[in-house]
Amino acid sequence: MKNKSDIILETKSLRKEFSGFVAVSGVNLKVRRGSIHAIIGPNGAGKTTLFNLLTKVHQPTDGTIEFNGRDITGLSSPEIARLGIVRSFQISAIFPELTVLENVRIALQCRRGDSFDFWKPKKTLFRMNDEARGYLESVGLDDSLNSMAGDLPYGRRRALEIATTLAMEPELLLLDEPTAGMGTEDIDRTADLIQRCAKDRTIIMVEHNLGVVARLADTISVQVRGQVVAEGNYETVSADPLVKEAYLGAAHA
Amino acid sequence: MNETKTNVQSNIPVLDRWNLEIIGIVLVVLFFLVAPFFIYPVFLMKAMSYAILGMSVNLLLGYVGLLSFGHAAFFGLSAYMFGHFAKEMDFGVALSMLIAVSGGTLLGVLFAMIAVRRIEFYFAMITLALAQLVYFFCVQAEFTGGDDGLQGIPRGEILGFSLLENSHLYGFVLLMFLFCLLFVFRIINSPFGEMLKAIRENPERVTSLGCSPRTYKFIAFVLSAFLASIGGALKALVFQIAALPDVHWLMSGDGVLMALVGGIGTLIGPIVGALFIVWAQDGLAEIGMSVVVMQGLLFMATVLLFRKGIVGELGRLKKYFR
Ligand SMILES: Nc1ncnc2c1ncn2[C@@H]1O[C@H](COP(=O)(O)OP(=O)(O)OP(=O)(O)O)[C@@H](O)[C@H]1O
Ligand SMILES: [Mg+2]
Repeated sequence: MKNKSDIILETKSLRKEFSGFVAVSGVNLKVRRGSIHAIIGPNGAGKTTLFNLLTKVHQPTDGTIEFNGRDITGLSSPEIARLGIVRSFQISAIFPELTVLENVRIALQCRRGDSFDFWKPKKTLFRMNDEARGYLESVGLDDSLNSMAGDLPYGRRRALEIATTLAMEPELLLLDEPTAGMGTEDIDRTADLIQRCAKDRTIIMVEHNLGVVARLADTISVQVRGQVVAEGNYETVSADPLVKEAYLGAAHA
Repeated sequence: MNETKTNVQSNIPVLDRWNLEIIGIVLVVLFFLVAPFFIYPVFLMKAMSYAILGMSVNLLLGYVGLLSFGHAAFFGLSAYMFGHFAKEMDFGVALSMLIAVSGGTLLGVLFAMIAVRRIEFYFAMITLALAQLVYFFCVQAEFTGGDDGLQGIPRGEILGFSLLENSHLYGFVLLMFLFCLLFVFRIINSPFGEMLKAIRENPERVTSLGCSPRTYKFIAFVLSAFLASIGGALKALVFQIAALPDVHWLMSGDGVLMALVGGIGTLIGPIVGALFIVWAQDGLAEIGMSVVVMQGLLFMATVLLFRKGIVGELGRLKKYFR
Protein backbone atom coordinates (compact mmCIF):
# COMPACT_ATOMS: atom_id res chain seq x y z
CA MET A 1 0.00 0.00 0.00
CA LYS A 2 2.70 2.49 -0.90
CA ASN A 3 2.02 5.71 -2.77
CA LYS A 4 -1.15 6.26 -0.87
CA SER A 5 -2.57 9.44 -2.20
CA ASP A 6 -2.95 12.49 -0.08
CA ILE A 7 -6.73 12.23 -0.23
CA ILE A 8 -8.18 9.48 1.93
CA LEU A 9 -11.83 10.05 1.15
CA GLU A 10 -13.50 11.72 -1.76
CA THR A 11 -17.17 12.05 -2.59
CA LYS A 12 -18.41 13.12 -6.00
CA SER A 13 -21.80 14.79 -6.41
CA LEU A 14 -23.17 12.85 -3.49
CA ARG A 15 -26.94 13.14 -3.21
CA LYS A 16 -29.64 11.67 -1.02
CA GLU A 17 -33.37 12.10 -1.39
CA PHE A 18 -35.97 10.85 1.06
CA SER A 19 -39.13 10.43 -0.99
CA GLY A 20 -38.57 13.69 -2.80
CA PHE A 21 -36.98 15.62 0.06
CA VAL A 22 -33.35 16.37 -0.73
CA ALA A 23 -31.28 15.89 2.42
CA VAL A 24 -27.83 15.89 0.82
CA SER A 25 -27.08 17.34 -2.57
CA GLY A 26 -24.02 17.81 -4.75
CA VAL A 27 -21.52 17.17 -1.99
CA ASN A 28 -17.94 16.98 -3.25
CA LEU A 29 -15.89 16.29 -0.20
CA LYS A 30 -12.12 15.83 -0.23
CA VAL A 31 -10.64 14.76 3.03
CA ARG A 32 -6.89 14.94 3.43
CA ARG A 33 -5.12 12.04 5.08
CA GLY A 34 -4.16 12.76 8.66
CA SER A 35 -6.33 15.83 8.98
CA ILE A 36 -9.23 16.67 11.21
CA HIS A 37 -12.05 17.69 8.94
CA ALA A 38 -15.04 19.33 10.60
CA ILE A 39 -18.50 19.57 9.16
CA ILE A 40 -20.66 22.26 10.61
CA GLY A 41 -24.07 23.60 9.73
CA PRO A 42 -27.49 24.33 11.18
CA ASN A 43 -29.91 21.66 12.39
CA GLY A 44 -31.33 19.57 9.61
CA ALA A 45 -28.56 20.52 7.19
CA GLY A 46 -27.92 16.90 6.36
CA LYS A 47 -24.70 16.32 8.29
CA THR A 48 -25.81 13.10 9.91
CA THR A 49 -27.31 11.97 6.63
CA LEU A 50 -23.93 12.52 5.03
CA PHE A 51 -22.38 10.21 7.64
CA ASN A 52 -25.16 7.73 7.01
CA LEU A 53 -24.23 7.73 3.34
CA LEU A 54 -20.52 7.30 4.04
CA THR A 55 -21.22 4.32 6.32
CA LYS A 56 -23.99 2.94 4.16
CA VAL A 57 -26.79 3.21 6.65
CA HIS A 58 -28.43 4.75 3.60
CA GLN A 59 -27.64 4.11 -0.03
CA PRO A 60 -26.91 7.36 -1.93
CA THR A 61 -29.48 8.35 -4.54
CA ASP A 62 -26.63 9.54 -6.73
CA GLY A 63 -22.90 10.14 -6.68
CA THR A 64 -19.88 8.10 -5.64
CA ILE A 65 -17.69 7.61 -2.61
CA GLU A 66 -14.01 6.77 -2.91
CA PHE A 67 -11.85 5.59 -0.06
CA ASN A 68 -8.11 5.40 -0.69
CA GLY A 69 -8.85 5.74 -4.38
CA ARG A 70 -11.22 2.80 -4.40
CA ASP A 71 -14.91 3.17 -5.22
CA ILE A 72 -16.81 1.98 -2.16
CA THR A 73 -20.25 3.23 -3.13
CA GLY A 74 -21.62 -0.28 -3.52
CA LEU A 75 -20.32 -1.80 -0.29
CA SER A 76 -22.43 -2.71 2.73
CA SER A 77 -22.20 -1.19 6.18
CA PRO A 78 -20.13 -3.98 7.75
CA GLU A 79 -17.81 -4.03 4.76
CA ILE A 80 -17.18 -0.31 5.13
CA ALA A 81 -16.36 -0.81 8.80
CA ARG A 82 -13.95 -3.61 8.03
CA LEU A 83 -12.23 -1.42 5.47
CA GLY A 84 -11.42 0.99 8.27
CA ILE A 85 -14.19 3.59 8.32
CA VAL A 86 -15.87 3.52 11.71
CA ARG A 87 -18.29 6.03 13.15
CA SER A 88 -19.83 7.11 16.39
CA PHE A 89 -23.46 8.15 16.53
CA GLN A 90 -25.15 11.41 17.41
CA ILE A 91 -27.27 9.59 19.99
CA SER A 92 -24.85 7.48 22.01
CA ALA A 93 -24.77 4.02 20.57
CA ILE A 94 -23.70 1.75 23.38
CA PHE A 95 -24.84 -1.65 24.60
CA PRO A 96 -26.56 -0.62 27.85
CA GLU A 97 -26.92 -4.07 29.41
CA LEU A 98 -23.35 -5.08 28.79
CA THR A 99 -20.56 -3.90 31.04
CA VAL A 100 -18.20 -1.13 29.98
CA LEU A 101 -15.47 -3.68 29.35
CA GLU A 102 -17.79 -5.94 27.37
CA ASN A 103 -18.84 -3.00 25.21
CA VAL A 104 -15.30 -2.45 24.02
CA ARG A 105 -14.72 -6.18 23.72
CA ILE A 106 -17.58 -6.36 21.23
CA ALA A 107 -15.60 -4.07 18.95
CA LEU A 108 -12.54 -6.27 19.38
CA GLN A 109 -14.66 -9.32 18.55
CA CYS A 110 -15.93 -7.57 15.44
CA ARG A 111 -12.44 -6.54 14.42
CA ARG A 112 -11.36 -10.17 14.65
CA GLY A 113 -14.13 -10.92 12.15
CA ASP A 114 -17.39 -12.82 12.39
CA SER A 115 -17.21 -15.84 14.64
CA PHE A 116 -20.10 -18.08 15.47
CA ASP A 117 -18.40 -19.99 18.26
CA PHE A 118 -21.42 -20.69 20.42
CA TRP A 119 -19.74 -23.76 21.90
CA LYS A 120 -16.77 -21.91 23.38
CA PRO A 121 -16.77 -20.61 26.93
CA LYS A 122 -16.78 -16.90 27.57
CA LYS A 123 -13.35 -17.25 29.11
CA THR A 124 -11.87 -17.27 25.62
CA LEU A 125 -12.74 -13.59 25.47
CA PHE A 126 -10.79 -12.70 28.57
CA ARG A 127 -7.53 -12.47 26.70
CA MET A 128 -8.96 -9.40 25.00
CA ASN A 129 -9.45 -7.73 28.37
CA ASP A 130 -6.09 -6.00 28.53
CA GLU A 131 -6.44 -4.54 25.09
CA ALA A 132 -9.99 -3.39 25.82
CA ARG A 133 -8.81 -1.80 29.03
CA GLY A 134 -6.19 0.12 27.07
CA TYR A 135 -8.84 1.84 25.01
CA LEU A 136 -10.91 2.55 28.10
CA GLU A 137 -7.89 4.10 29.79
CA SER A 138 -7.47 6.46 26.87
CA VAL A 139 -10.93 7.90 27.52
CA GLY A 140 -10.61 7.78 31.30
CA LEU A 141 -13.11 5.00 31.82
CA ASP A 142 -10.79 2.39 33.28
CA ASP A 143 -12.30 3.02 36.70
CA SER A 144 -15.68 1.59 35.76
CA LEU A 145 -14.82 -1.54 33.79
CA ASN A 146 -17.58 -3.63 35.32
CA SER A 147 -20.32 -1.03 35.52
CA MET A 148 -23.31 -1.59 33.30
CA ALA A 149 -22.87 0.74 30.36
CA GLY A 150 -26.47 1.89 30.76
CA ASP A 151 -25.69 3.14 34.26
CA LEU A 152 -23.05 5.60 33.07
CA PRO A 153 -23.86 9.30 33.05
CA TYR A 154 -24.32 10.86 29.65
CA GLY A 155 -20.86 12.29 29.09
CA ARG A 156 -19.20 9.03 30.00
CA ARG A 157 -21.43 7.10 27.64
CA ARG A 158 -20.09 9.23 24.83
CA ALA A 159 -16.59 8.48 26.02
CA LEU A 160 -17.41 4.78 26.00
CA GLU A 161 -18.74 5.03 22.50
CA ILE A 162 -15.54 6.70 21.37
CA ALA A 163 -13.45 4.01 23.07
CA THR A 164 -15.49 1.34 21.30
CA THR A 165 -15.01 3.11 18.00
CA LEU A 166 -11.26 3.44 18.59
CA ALA A 167 -11.03 -0.25 19.39
CA MET A 168 -11.78 -0.91 15.73
CA GLU A 169 -8.48 0.86 14.95
CA PRO A 170 -10.16 2.74 12.14
CA GLU A 171 -8.12 4.47 9.51
CA LEU A 172 -10.90 7.02 9.15
CA LEU A 173 -12.92 7.99 12.17
CA LEU A 174 -16.33 9.65 11.81
CA LEU A 175 -17.57 11.40 14.93
CA ASP A 176 -21.12 12.74 14.98
CA GLU A 177 -21.23 15.55 17.53
CA PRO A 178 -18.80 13.93 19.98
CA THR A 179 -19.22 16.68 22.59
CA ALA A 180 -23.00 17.11 22.37
CA GLY A 181 -24.58 17.33 25.80
CA MET A 182 -21.29 17.35 27.68
CA GLY A 183 -20.23 19.77 30.39
CA THR A 184 -17.20 22.02 29.80
CA GLU A 185 -14.85 19.67 31.61
CA ASP A 186 -15.87 16.67 29.53
CA ILE A 187 -15.74 18.76 26.37
CA ASP A 188 -12.12 19.65 27.03
CA ARG A 189 -11.25 16.08 27.81
CA THR A 190 -12.95 14.84 24.65
CA ALA A 191 -11.24 17.49 22.54
CA ASP A 192 -7.89 16.42 23.95
CA LEU A 193 -8.73 12.83 23.17
CA ILE A 194 -9.70 13.64 19.59
CA GLN A 195 -6.48 15.51 19.14
CA ARG A 196 -4.50 12.54 20.41
CA CYS A 197 -6.44 10.14 18.17
CA ALA A 198 -5.74 12.32 15.17
CA LYS A 199 -2.01 11.64 15.40
CA ASP A 200 -2.19 8.46 13.39
CA ARG A 201 -5.55 8.62 11.70
CA THR A 202 -7.95 10.84 9.84
CA ILE A 203 -11.03 12.24 11.52
CA ILE A 204 -14.21 13.72 10.13
CA MET A 205 -16.35 15.25 12.81
CA VAL A 206 -19.72 16.92 12.87
CA GLU A 207 -19.60 19.46 15.65
CA HIS A 208 -21.79 22.29 16.86
CA ASN A 209 -19.35 23.62 19.43
CA LEU A 210 -17.40 26.21 17.44
CA GLY A 211 -14.75 26.49 20.12
CA VAL A 212 -13.90 22.84 19.63
CA VAL A 213 -14.00 23.23 15.88
CA ALA A 214 -11.70 26.25 15.96
CA ARG A 215 -9.26 24.41 18.15
CA LEU A 216 -9.18 21.05 16.35
CA ALA A 217 -10.17 21.36 12.74
CA ASP A 218 -7.69 21.67 9.90
CA THR A 219 -10.47 22.03 7.37
CA ILE A 220 -14.08 22.99 7.84
CA SER A 221 -16.95 22.32 5.46
CA VAL A 222 -20.12 24.24 6.05
CA GLN A 223 -23.25 22.39 5.06
CA VAL A 224 -26.53 24.20 4.63
CA ARG A 225 -29.73 22.60 3.36
CA GLY A 226 -27.85 19.60 2.05
CA GLN A 227 -25.15 21.52 0.22
CA VAL A 228 -21.62 22.44 1.14
CA VAL A 229 -21.61 26.23 0.85
CA ALA A 230 -18.13 26.99 2.10
CA GLU A 231 -14.88 25.26 2.88
CA GLY A 232 -11.53 26.17 4.30
CA ASN A 233 -9.85 26.83 7.61
CA TYR A 234 -11.63 28.54 10.47
CA GLU A 235 -10.69 32.08 9.45
CA THR A 236 -11.78 31.65 5.84
CA VAL A 237 -15.00 29.99 6.74
CA SER A 238 -16.04 32.36 9.48
CA ALA A 239 -15.41 35.31 7.19
CA ASP A 240 -17.58 33.90 4.42
CA PRO A 241 -20.75 35.97 4.01
CA LEU A 242 -22.85 32.95 3.05
CA VAL A 243 -21.83 31.22 6.22
CA LYS A 244 -22.49 34.26 8.33
CA GLU A 245 -25.94 34.51 6.91
CA ALA A 246 -26.91 30.84 6.93
CA TYR A 247 -25.19 29.54 9.99
CA LEU A 248 -23.45 31.92 12.29
CA GLY A 249 -26.10 34.55 11.70
CA ALA A 250 -28.82 32.15 12.62
CA ALA A 251 -26.91 30.91 15.64
CA HIS A 252 -26.26 34.38 16.96
CA ALA A 253 -29.70 35.74 16.24
CA MET B 1 -16.09 1.92 44.39
CA ASN B 2 -13.02 0.31 45.92
CA GLU B 3 -12.99 -2.31 43.20
CA THR B 4 -11.34 0.11 40.82
CA LYS B 5 -7.65 -0.59 40.83
CA THR B 6 -7.61 -4.37 40.98
CA ASN B 7 -7.09 -6.39 37.86
CA VAL B 8 -9.90 -7.35 35.57
CA GLN B 9 -10.42 -10.99 36.44
CA SER B 10 -10.61 -10.53 40.19
CA ASN B 11 -12.62 -7.41 39.66
CA ILE B 12 -15.82 -9.21 38.70
CA PRO B 13 -18.53 -8.77 41.33
CA VAL B 14 -19.21 -11.90 43.35
CA LEU B 15 -22.85 -12.20 42.45
CA ASP B 16 -22.70 -11.36 38.80
CA ARG B 17 -25.05 -12.79 36.25
CA TRP B 18 -22.84 -15.77 35.54
CA ASN B 19 -22.72 -16.87 39.16
CA LEU B 20 -26.45 -16.42 39.52
CA GLU B 21 -26.92 -18.67 36.53
CA ILE B 22 -24.76 -21.39 38.07
CA ILE B 23 -26.75 -21.16 41.29
CA GLY B 24 -29.93 -21.33 39.22
CA ILE B 25 -28.80 -24.48 37.42
CA VAL B 26 -27.93 -26.19 40.70
CA LEU B 27 -31.31 -25.30 42.21
CA VAL B 28 -33.14 -26.55 39.13
CA VAL B 29 -31.26 -29.85 39.18
CA LEU B 30 -31.93 -30.32 42.90
CA PHE B 31 -35.58 -29.50 42.39
CA PHE B 32 -36.12 -32.02 39.62
CA LEU B 33 -34.19 -34.70 41.53
CA VAL B 34 -36.23 -34.30 44.68
CA ALA B 35 -39.59 -33.26 43.30
CA PRO B 36 -40.74 -36.65 41.88
CA PHE B 37 -40.93 -37.93 45.47
CA PHE B 38 -43.61 -35.36 46.19
CA ILE B 39 -45.12 -34.36 42.87
CA TYR B 40 -46.72 -36.45 40.16
CA PRO B 41 -43.76 -37.27 37.83
CA VAL B 42 -45.83 -36.90 34.65
CA PHE B 43 -46.54 -33.32 35.62
CA LEU B 44 -42.82 -32.71 36.05
CA MET B 45 -41.96 -34.33 32.73
CA LYS B 46 -44.59 -32.25 30.99
CA ALA B 47 -43.15 -29.16 32.62
CA MET B 48 -39.65 -30.12 31.51
CA SER B 49 -40.59 -30.59 27.87
CA TYR B 50 -42.56 -27.34 27.94
CA ALA B 51 -39.66 -25.62 29.64
CA ILE B 52 -37.41 -26.63 26.76
CA LEU B 53 -39.85 -24.89 24.41
CA GLY B 54 -39.82 -21.87 26.72
CA MET B 55 -36.02 -21.82 26.77
CA SER B 56 -35.88 -21.97 23.00
CA VAL B 57 -38.28 -19.04 22.65
CA ASN B 58 -36.35 -17.17 25.31
CA LEU B 59 -33.05 -17.73 23.54
CA LEU B 60 -34.42 -15.58 20.72
CA LEU B 61 -36.61 -13.19 22.67
CA GLY B 62 -34.33 -12.65 25.62
CA TYR B 63 -30.91 -12.76 24.00
CA VAL B 64 -31.43 -11.62 20.42
CA GLY B 65 -34.57 -9.54 20.82
CA LEU B 66 -36.57 -11.56 18.29
CA LEU B 67 -40.15 -12.50 19.10
CA SER B 68 -41.07 -15.76 17.39
CA PHE B 69 -44.68 -16.77 17.25
CA GLY B 70 -43.95 -19.89 15.27
CA HIS B 71 -42.13 -22.27 17.56
CA ALA B 72 -45.06 -24.67 17.72
CA ALA B 73 -44.07 -25.67 14.20
CA PHE B 74 -40.77 -27.14 15.36
CA PHE B 75 -42.22 -28.51 18.58
CA GLY B 76 -45.18 -30.10 16.79
CA LEU B 77 -43.44 -31.37 13.69
CA SER B 78 -40.82 -33.02 15.85
CA ALA B 79 -43.54 -34.61 18.02
CA TYR B 80 -45.27 -35.97 14.93
CA MET B 81 -42.07 -37.22 13.37
CA PHE B 82 -41.05 -38.90 16.58
CA GLY B 83 -44.44 -40.55 16.80
CA HIS B 84 -44.38 -41.63 13.20
CA PHE B 85 -40.95 -43.20 13.24
CA ALA B 86 -41.36 -44.80 16.65
CA LYS B 87 -44.83 -46.15 16.03
CA GLU B 88 -45.26 -46.80 12.32
CA MET B 89 -41.66 -47.55 11.42
CA ASP B 90 -40.55 -49.12 14.70
CA PHE B 91 -37.24 -47.23 14.68
CA GLY B 92 -36.87 -47.17 18.44
CA VAL B 93 -36.62 -44.16 20.75
CA ALA B 94 -33.08 -43.00 20.04
CA LEU B 95 -33.21 -43.10 16.27
CA SER B 96 -36.74 -41.71 16.07
CA MET B 97 -35.74 -38.85 18.30
CA LEU B 98 -32.66 -38.15 16.22
CA ILE B 99 -34.73 -38.04 13.04
CA ALA B 100 -37.47 -35.95 14.63
CA VAL B 101 -35.06 -33.36 16.03
CA SER B 102 -33.22 -33.18 12.72
CA GLY B 103 -36.54 -32.63 10.96
CA GLY B 104 -37.56 -29.84 13.31
CA THR B 105 -34.14 -28.22 13.02
CA LEU B 106 -34.25 -28.32 9.23
CA LEU B 107 -37.64 -26.68 9.34
CA GLY B 108 -35.94 -24.07 11.50
CA VAL B 109 -33.36 -23.47 8.77
CA LEU B 110 -36.19 -22.92 6.32
CA PHE B 111 -38.00 -20.52 8.63
CA ALA B 112 -34.79 -18.66 9.38
CA MET B 113 -34.00 -18.15 5.71
CA ILE B 114 -37.34 -16.44 5.26
CA ALA B 115 -37.88 -14.69 8.57
CA VAL B 116 -34.49 -13.38 9.65
CA ARG B 117 -34.37 -10.73 6.95
CA ARG B 118 -37.47 -9.06 8.34
CA ILE B 119 -37.38 -6.36 10.93
CA GLU B 120 -38.79 -7.12 14.35
CA PHE B 121 -42.48 -6.51 13.88
CA TYR B 122 -42.67 -8.48 10.68
CA PHE B 123 -40.53 -11.17 12.19
CA ALA B 124 -43.29 -12.13 14.63
CA MET B 125 -45.88 -12.04 11.86
CA ILE B 126 -43.82 -14.06 9.40
CA THR B 127 -42.98 -16.77 11.93
CA LEU B 128 -46.67 -16.98 12.84
CA ALA B 129 -47.69 -17.20 9.18
CA LEU B 130 -45.12 -19.89 8.41
CA ALA B 131 -46.18 -21.88 11.47
CA GLN B 132 -49.80 -21.69 10.33
CA LEU B 133 -48.74 -23.18 7.01
CA VAL B 134 -47.16 -26.04 8.90
CA TYR B 135 -50.31 -26.39 10.97
CA PHE B 136 -52.54 -26.68 7.92
CA PHE B 137 -50.12 -29.11 6.40
CA CYS B 138 -50.45 -31.26 9.53
CA VAL B 139 -54.24 -31.03 9.40
CA GLN B 140 -54.20 -32.31 5.83
CA ALA B 141 -51.33 -34.79 5.83
CA GLU B 142 -51.99 -38.50 6.21
CA PHE B 143 -49.22 -39.41 8.58
CA THR B 144 -50.38 -37.10 11.36
CA GLY B 145 -53.59 -39.02 11.90
CA GLY B 146 -55.80 -35.95 11.51
CA ASP B 147 -57.94 -35.04 14.51
CA ASP B 148 -57.02 -38.20 16.39
CA GLY B 149 -53.31 -37.54 16.13
CA LEU B 150 -50.79 -40.30 16.64
CA GLN B 151 -51.77 -42.26 19.72
CA GLY B 152 -50.07 -45.01 21.62
CA ILE B 153 -46.55 -44.12 20.60
CA PRO B 154 -44.42 -46.92 22.07
CA ARG B 155 -41.87 -46.01 24.70
CA GLY B 156 -39.47 -48.84 24.00
CA GLU B 157 -36.00 -48.59 25.45
CA ILE B 158 -32.88 -46.56 25.19
CA LEU B 159 -29.33 -47.84 25.67
CA GLY B 160 -30.72 -50.95 27.26
CA PHE B 161 -32.91 -49.08 29.75
CA SER B 162 -36.57 -49.85 29.31
CA LEU B 163 -38.53 -46.63 29.25
CA LEU B 164 -41.64 -48.52 30.32
CA GLU B 165 -40.12 -48.21 33.74
CA ASN B 166 -41.30 -44.84 35.03
CA SER B 167 -38.10 -43.96 36.85
CA HIS B 168 -36.08 -44.68 33.72
CA LEU B 169 -38.37 -42.49 31.65
CA TYR B 170 -38.08 -39.72 34.20
CA GLY B 171 -34.30 -40.05 34.25
CA PHE B 172 -34.10 -39.88 30.48
CA VAL B 173 -36.33 -36.80 30.25
CA LEU B 174 -34.35 -35.16 33.02
CA LEU B 175 -31.07 -35.84 31.22
CA MET B 176 -32.36 -34.41 27.96
CA PHE B 177 -33.72 -31.42 29.81
CA LEU B 178 -30.38 -30.83 31.52
CA PHE B 179 -28.62 -31.11 28.20
CA CYS B 180 -30.85 -28.35 26.84
CA LEU B 181 -30.35 -26.19 29.89
CA LEU B 182 -26.57 -26.50 29.70
CA PHE B 183 -26.70 -25.99 25.95
CA VAL B 184 -28.48 -22.66 26.43
CA PHE B 185 -26.08 -21.76 29.22
CA ARG B 186 -23.14 -22.41 26.94
CA ILE B 187 -24.62 -20.39 24.07
CA ILE B 188 -25.43 -17.32 26.13
CA ASN B 189 -22.05 -17.40 27.81
CA SER B 190 -20.01 -17.83 24.66
CA PRO B 191 -18.34 -15.22 22.46
CA PHE B 192 -21.25 -15.81 20.09
CA GLY B 193 -23.73 -15.18 22.90
CA GLU B 194 -21.97 -11.94 23.72
CA MET B 195 -22.54 -10.80 20.15
CA LEU B 196 -26.18 -11.85 20.39
CA LYS B 197 -26.65 -9.60 23.40
CA ALA B 198 -24.98 -6.74 21.58
CA ILE B 199 -27.33 -7.30 18.65
CA ARG B 200 -30.29 -7.32 21.02
CA GLU B 201 -29.18 -4.01 22.51
CA ASN B 202 -28.21 -2.15 19.37
CA PRO B 203 -28.10 -3.89 15.99
CA GLU B 204 -27.18 -0.68 14.13
CA ARG B 205 -24.13 -0.28 16.29
CA VAL B 206 -23.05 -3.86 15.64
CA THR B 207 -23.40 -3.26 11.93
CA SER B 208 -21.33 -0.10 12.16
CA LEU B 209 -18.62 -2.12 13.90
CA GLY B 210 -18.35 -4.45 10.95
CA CYS B 211 -20.45 -7.49 11.85
CA SER B 212 -23.70 -8.42 10.17
CA PRO B 213 -26.42 -9.24 12.70
CA ARG B 214 -28.30 -11.30 10.15
CA THR B 215 -25.94 -14.28 10.23
CA TYR B 216 -25.95 -14.28 14.02
CA LYS B 217 -29.72 -14.16 14.08
CA PHE B 218 -29.89 -16.97 11.56
CA ILE B 219 -27.71 -19.27 13.62
CA ALA B 220 -29.50 -18.37 16.85
CA PHE B 221 -32.81 -19.15 15.20
CA VAL B 222 -31.66 -22.58 14.05
CA LEU B 223 -30.25 -23.38 17.49
CA SER B 224 -33.56 -22.32 18.97
CA ALA B 225 -35.52 -24.53 16.56
CA PHE B 226 -33.24 -27.40 17.51
CA LEU B 227 -34.17 -26.95 21.16
CA ALA B 228 -37.88 -26.63 20.46
CA SER B 229 -37.69 -29.87 18.48
CA ILE B 230 -36.17 -31.71 21.42
CA GLY B 231 -39.01 -30.41 23.60
CA GLY B 232 -41.62 -31.66 21.12
CA ALA B 233 -40.13 -35.12 20.76
CA LEU B 234 -39.88 -35.51 24.54
CA LYS B 235 -43.47 -34.43 24.98
CA ALA B 236 -44.57 -37.09 22.48
CA LEU B 237 -42.48 -39.68 24.29
CA VAL B 238 -43.94 -38.84 27.70
CA PHE B 239 -47.59 -38.63 26.70
CA GLN B 240 -47.28 -41.23 23.93
CA ILE B 241 -49.30 -38.93 21.72
CA ALA B 242 -48.64 -36.31 19.08
CA ALA B 243 -51.63 -34.28 17.98
CA LEU B 244 -52.77 -31.00 16.48
CA PRO B 245 -52.50 -28.92 19.69
CA ASP B 246 -48.72 -29.49 19.49
CA VAL B 247 -48.49 -27.52 16.23
CA HIS B 248 -51.25 -25.04 17.06
CA TRP B 249 -50.34 -21.37 17.47
CA LEU B 250 -51.52 -21.55 21.07
CA MET B 251 -48.49 -23.75 21.69
CA SER B 252 -46.25 -21.00 20.29
CA GLY B 253 -48.10 -18.63 22.58
CA ASP B 254 -47.39 -20.90 25.54
CA GLY B 255 -43.70 -20.77 24.71
CA VAL B 256 -43.72 -16.99 24.68
CA LEU B 257 -45.81 -16.84 27.83
CA MET B 258 -43.47 -19.16 29.74
CA ALA B 259 -40.53 -16.97 28.81
CA LEU B 260 -42.43 -13.80 29.73
CA VAL B 261 -43.84 -15.04 33.02
CA GLY B 262 -40.57 -16.59 34.13
CA GLY B 263 -38.49 -13.65 32.97
CA ILE B 264 -37.11 -13.10 29.50
CA GLY B 265 -33.38 -12.89 29.22
CA THR B 266 -32.85 -15.05 32.31
CA LEU B 267 -31.53 -18.58 32.09
CA ILE B 268 -33.96 -20.31 34.39
CA GLY B 269 -36.92 -17.97 33.91
CA PRO B 270 -38.60 -20.16 31.29
CA ILE B 271 -38.33 -23.18 33.59
CA VAL B 272 -40.10 -21.37 36.40
CA GLY B 273 -42.57 -20.08 33.82
CA ALA B 274 -43.19 -23.59 32.50
CA LEU B 275 -43.81 -25.02 35.97
CA PHE B 276 -46.18 -22.18 36.67
CA ILE B 277 -48.10 -22.46 33.44
CA VAL B 278 -48.36 -26.25 33.41
CA TRP B 279 -49.55 -26.07 37.00
CA ALA B 280 -52.08 -23.37 36.13
CA GLN B 281 -53.33 -25.26 33.07
CA ASP B 282 -53.84 -28.49 34.99
CA GLY B 283 -55.40 -26.68 37.91
CA LEU B 284 -57.76 -24.65 35.77
CA ALA B 285 -58.82 -27.68 33.81
CA GLU B 286 -60.03 -29.09 37.13
CA ILE B 287 -62.08 -26.09 38.13
CA GLY B 288 -63.27 -25.63 34.55
CA MET B 289 -61.94 -22.13 33.87
CA SER B 290 -60.87 -21.34 30.35
CA VAL B 291 -57.15 -21.76 29.88
CA VAL B 292 -57.10 -19.11 27.16
CA VAL B 293 -58.70 -16.53 29.44
CA MET B 294 -56.21 -17.31 32.18
CA GLN B 295 -53.34 -16.98 29.75
CA GLY B 296 -54.62 -13.69 28.46
CA LEU B 297 -54.82 -12.33 31.99
CA LEU B 298 -51.41 -13.68 32.84
CA PHE B 299 -49.95 -12.12 29.74
CA MET B 300 -51.40 -8.73 30.61
CA ALA B 301 -50.30 -8.96 34.22
CA THR B 302 -46.75 -9.72 33.17
CA VAL B 303 -46.54 -6.97 30.62
CA LEU B 304 -48.21 -4.36 32.83
CA LEU B 305 -47.05 -5.25 36.33
CA PHE B 306 -43.87 -7.23 36.44
CA ARG B 307 -42.17 -6.92 33.12
CA LYS B 308 -39.08 -8.75 34.20
CA GLY B 309 -40.97 -11.92 35.05
CA ILE B 310 -40.66 -14.00 38.20
CA VAL B 311 -36.94 -14.71 37.95
CA GLY B 312 -36.18 -11.22 36.68
CA GLU B 313 -37.93 -9.62 39.63
CA LEU B 314 -36.14 -11.97 42.03
CA GLY B 315 -32.89 -11.06 40.31
CA ARG B 316 -33.41 -7.48 41.40
CA LEU B 317 -32.99 -8.65 44.97
CA LYS B 318 -29.40 -9.59 44.26
CA LYS B 319 -28.19 -6.10 45.02
CA TYR B 320 -29.05 -6.70 48.65
CA PHE B 321 -26.47 -9.47 48.77
CA ARG B 322 -23.53 -7.38 47.64
N1 LIG C 1 -34.35 8.38 7.24
C1 LIG C 1 -34.87 9.58 6.91
N2 LIG C 1 -36.06 9.67 6.28
C2 LIG C 1 -36.58 10.87 5.95
N3 LIG C 1 -35.98 12.03 6.19
C3 LIG C 1 -34.80 12.03 6.81
C4 LIG C 1 -34.18 10.80 7.20
N4 LIG C 1 -33.00 11.09 7.80
C5 LIG C 1 -32.90 12.43 7.79
N5 LIG C 1 -33.97 13.00 7.20
C6 LIG C 1 -34.17 14.41 6.99
O1 LIG C 1 -33.04 14.94 6.37
C7 LIG C 1 -32.74 16.23 6.90
C8 LIG C 1 -31.34 16.25 7.38
O2 LIG C 1 -31.23 15.51 8.58
P1 LIG C 1 -29.87 15.24 9.32
O3 LIG C 1 -30.16 14.37 10.49
O4 LIG C 1 -28.88 14.74 8.35
O5 LIG C 1 -29.47 16.70 9.79
P2 LIG C 1 -28.25 17.15 10.67
O6 LIG C 1 -27.49 18.12 9.87
O7 LIG C 1 -27.51 16.00 11.21
O8 LIG C 1 -28.98 17.92 11.83
P3 LIG C 1 -28.65 18.02 13.39
O9 LIG C 1 -27.66 19.10 13.54
O10 LIG C 1 -29.95 18.37 14.01
O11 LIG C 1 -28.14 16.70 13.82
C9 LIG C 1 -33.75 16.50 8.00
O12 LIG C 1 -34.76 17.35 7.47
C10 LIG C 1 -34.33 15.15 8.30
O13 LIG C 1 -35.69 15.25 8.66
MG1 LIG D 1 -27.14 15.22 13.02
